[in-house]
Amino acid sequence: MGYQLRVLVAKPGLDGHDRGAKVVARALRDAGMEVIYTGLRQTPEQIVEAAVQEDVHAIGVSLLSGAHNVLIGKIAKILEARGITDIIIVAGGIIPDEDIEHLKNMGVAEVFGPGTDTKEIVEFISCRCEQP
Amino acid sequence: MKEHISEINKEWDQAKGEFILGNPERQEKFLTNSGIELTAVYGPEALADGNEGFMKKEGYPGLYPYTRGITPTMYRSNLWVMGQYSGFGSAEDANKRYKYLLEQGQTGFSIALDLPTQIGYDSDHPLAEGEVGRVGVAIDSLADIEILFKDIPLHQVRQIRTTANAIGPVTVAMLVAFAEKNGINPNDIKILIQNDPLKEYIGRGAYIYPPKAAVKLAGDVIEYCAKNLPNWTPMAISGYHIRESGSTAIQELTFTLANAICYIDEILSRGINIDDFAPKFYTFLGAHIDFIEEIAKFRAVRRIWARLMKERYQAGHPESMKLSIFAYTCGGTLTAQQPLNNIVRVTIEALGAVLGGVQTLATSSYDEAFAIPTEEAVTVALRTQQIIAYESGAANTADPLGGSYVLEQLTKEIEKRVFEEISKIDNMGGAVKCIQEGLIQKEISDAAYRFQKQVENSEKVIVGLNRFRSREEARIPVFKTDPASEARQIKRLRELKEKRDNSLVKSRLFRVKEAAGHNENVIPAIIEAVRDYATLGEISDVLREVYGEYKAMTVY
Repeated sequence: MGYQLRVLVAKPGLDGHDRGAKVVARALRDAGMEVIYTGLRQTPEQIVEAAVQEDVHAIGVSLLSGAHNVLIGKIAKILEARGITDIIIVAGGIIPDEDIEHLKNMGVAEVFGPGTDTKEIVEFISCRCEQP
Repeated sequence: MKEHISEINKEWDQAKGEFILGNPERQEKFLTNSGIELTAVYGPEALADGNEGFMKKEGYPGLYPYTRGITPTMYRSNLWVMGQYSGFGSAEDANKRYKYLLEQGQTGFSIALDLPTQIGYDSDHPLAEGEVGRVGVAIDSLADIEILFKDIPLHQVRQIRTTANAIGPVTVAMLVAFAEKNGINPNDIKILIQNDPLKEYIGRGAYIYPPKAAVKLAGDVIEYCAKNLPNWTPMAISGYHIRESGSTAIQELTFTLANAICYIDEILSRGINIDDFAPKFYTFLGAHIDFIEEIAKFRAVRRIWARLMKERYQAGHPESMKLSIFAYTCGGTLTAQQPLNNIVRVTIEALGAVLGGVQTLATSSYDEAFAIPTEEAVTVALRTQQIIAYESGAANTADPLGGSYVLEQLTKEIEKRVFEEISKIDNMGGAVKCIQEGLIQKEISDAAYRFQKQVENSEKVIVGLNRFRSREEARIPVFKTDPASEARQIKRLRELKEKRDNSLVKSRLFRVKEAAGHNENVIPAIIEAVRDYATLGEISDVLREVYGEYKAMTVY
């Protein structure tokens, strides 16, 4: 094997609720992935830059403040503008159903709501980011 | 008497032994949320405590150590303050909802602030993009406060709370300036400022400055209020956010009180007497779902506080030893699945808080796992409190469960463990040091992860989530903030900055910087600044220059 998935867990904006982000970071790490957690208050630009620097396969974005459409949308746009196609975005937090559609249209691979089993997230990232 | 009890114990043991042969217990162990193991039953021995009998130790409500409540008659005289957490969008939007809630019989209210405001950024700051008016109302300057309180009979409201922590000093200044401009004596308005920045490094993350500066600024608020606004509550030491970050009830009390010790030591170091500020202290705690343990927690925290005041700080005034509690049902216990079940959860949590004798209660709305609440959901949450108050009978005698064997045992156990944990933190150099080193953050994220694993392997049952799932999920209406309100707020801010006397503002800001640099109490200088419409962001920037900014930790 020797192939390790790398994930950036990110908290964009000013939202400081990071219980979920940390729990997911730990679950991914326990599942054998290399996890980098950004800490709070990162701008979308900083998050994309960190993802590129750390050479990750996925960015896990957590947001509970309601600013998801703006901030996660911006991350997706920056990735697109930089022509980066091999990093997927997955999102979690308090995100209403209709915004989920919107985020998926903007390129977010999946949105995990409250109560999601971490195994589900591990499985999703593993499947989507497996080496071809 | 003792012999008699042990005889009955034996008899019960035998009966139990025979019974469980055919009816084994459902679990090998029964634990509270904090991990305290419960036995099958508790008996009178739970009330005996060494040489002190139950009566002597527990006394009555209104008497030291206040385990049973801080007043002799509790809710028979005054019901708790029913104050919902609310506020969103612009000051106009929030003003409308406060008026609605007051019309519905709410007796206090809370000003929920949006994140840029809590973190000291004006609405036009690049980092505020998308966040303006989202989780609370945007306050940039005194002009917003003037709109927020328009036509609200402030002197009739029993309590106004704010989520100002890192921005505590600016909020105090704005409220004082508002009152004075409107010919109201600020001391006549009943304000509760949360003003507990230390917990922001542990949970929720709305910090600005490094912890030591935060303690200094929080101290300024307490000192200013002690000297000028004796009716205000200058601090609500907060465990709620710690609990919601995944801690247990015991950690919640431990870290809250360890933080309190830092603030108290800061104030004492300024030569102020403990009895001149401790009487107004509040604590803000979660009301979680583990019913019995939570009731015990509320009773225990009063006893611990009373003992801390008397034994550690040699307080002389009984008022210093009475801790008022604000409880808020825990949003984190609510589920997005089968959302109407949340009304039941909130009822259990709120009832636990009432049986625990709290002074203020806020109840969560059943739609909180989706967005900020709709008016309908907020109303149900308020009605839940009113049903407990007026229909259930739970408010008609003080501490109705006092003397319950299991409750007294758990109260004692929580008290014992919290004192042990506090002395561990003392030995490690206090809460500020533990926060700087990330030790407290790590302990809580461990607890949160442990809980998540227990849910995922069904050791902990959450109805509708890992058991009793429904095929069809109920759809409920979701509240929306007006997307145009961010642009409106920014426009108003820009107009203000054009209209005001900018050279005056500049000199006021310079004075704030000077006060901070010279280690003076910054509040008087900030009052001057906000009166002339210096903005929250401008004042916070000046303080950032003096104190620096806290760098986020990435411990998990």
